[in-house]
Amino acid sequence: MSGPIRLNTPLKDEEIAKLNIGDFVLLNGVVYTARDAAHQRMLEILAQGGELPFDLAGQVIYYVGPAPEPPGHVIGSAGPTTAGRMDSYTPELVRHGLKGMIGKGQRSREVIYSMVECRAVYFTAIGGAAALLAEKIKESRIIAFPELGPEAIRQIVLDDFPAIVANDIHGQDLFKTGWKRYRRRKRRKTG
Amino acid sequence: MKEISFDRIVDAVRKICIEANCVIEEDVASAIRHALEKEESPISKKALEVILANHEAAKQKQMPLCQDTGVAVFFIEIGQDVRIVGGLLEDAVNEGVRQGYADGYLRKSIVANPLTRRNTGDNTPAVIHYNLAPGDRLKILFCPKGGGSENMSYLAMLKPADGIKGVRKVVVSAVKKAGSNPCPPVVVGVGIGGTFEKCALLAKKALTRPLGSPSPKMELARLEESLLEEINKLGIGSMGLGGRVTALAVHIETFPCHIASLPVAVNLNCHASRHKEITL
Repeated sequence: MSGPIRLNTPLKDEEIAKLNIGDFVLLNGVVYTARDAAHQRMLEILAQGGELPFDLAGQVIYYVGPAPEPPGHVIGSAGPTTAGRMDSYTPELVRHGLKGMIGKGQRSREVIYSMVECRAVYFTAIGGAAALLAEKIKESRIIAFPELGPEAIRQIVLDDFPAIVANDIHGQDLFKTGWKRYRRRKRRKTG
Repeated sequence: MKEISFDRIVDAVRKICIEANCVIEEDVASAIRHALEKEESPISKKALEVILANHEAAKQKQMPLCQDTGVAVFFIEIGQDVRIVGGLLEDAVNEGVRQGYADGYLRKSIVANPLTRRNTGDNTPAVIHYNLAPGDRLKILFCPKGGGSENMSYLAMLKPADGIKGVRKVVVSAVKKAGSNPCPPVVVGVGIGGTFEKCALLAKKALTRPLGSPSPKMELARLEESLLEEINKLGIGSMGLGGRVTALAVHIETFPCHIASLPVAVNLNCHASRHKEITL
């Protein structure tokens, strides 16, 4: 574990290149929220050659469906959702310029390959730490698909949002590495 | 015969919906603190510290611990000497959910139809399991269930020949396959026996037992302990970041079954294992 690396969005290739799995980062700037239903719609738009609600180039998507904001708050509790559910949509978005994703949990081989190919990075945030993470979001507004309720696409502004690099451009996987290090194999009987 | 009014049930349900989602129960908080003591991996330790800090933040700000405030799952025990007046119990529970999820600023996560997927907008309908009991009390246990952990559930119809070894394999491989997805350290609910649907319900019911209380059946308590040990050798750790503590507890419930069957179900709770009970 090293000290946190402060990153600003949109992410630049030379900054992404320096990141390694296990690095603690503090993310700053505009990111976009999207989860299952919004991903499906974005892929439909791309298939029809249409224009997405935001330009993917250099951008970061946060997989989150926030709780409603109580009075006096910018946003309700807003922790990461399971990234793996977005795996079937992700390579297409990465090939269209998406540079970063924030979620929780491991990604598929196809997603990891697309991140190596297009130099993108996946950050894991702490799942269930939603009340705490909401404090790191300074602005929030719905920019597309309001009819999806918690699944609408929001433009949010992060202020030192804490996350950990889980997949880097070298194809490394923090989850696999971590499990290997702490796994205790069963002793095999000999003789 | 004791009478309990519709409105009283609505109020009680409204209250526990908000509390269960915003305030961590002490049995769970204590299990997380214990996990932090045992954990050796620096990154998993950090994750556990963040989880504990989140308990405080949620309580202070009266905001949900997790944005996924779940499917509203209820276990309701109705005393046979209770009469509900002023409306149907099911309507009262759903009205309480409607009010609790609106007033508590909790997320509405239910779609009306699993295939066409339009959000119902008020987190109803609740999933309610009823049980009759002796006496004149109405016990309502609320366990909101998030999608991330629920999606990692597993059920196997084993052969009797598979025996206890087969059961162990099913449980450990379900946790291993779930990996980082259910927000470990998890609570592992295991149902053994019954029929297909009974077994699934046993697994969910097992999750409602307070953490730190092993099965009262000695042989099951031993199985719980040894399964926990085996699961914690997987190395998954907090949030799947690698570590010594993958599960906080294993809870097993059993039921008699057919001579041809050995059903096993696994249902996982995330590290918040939210629950709140109220008795009227």
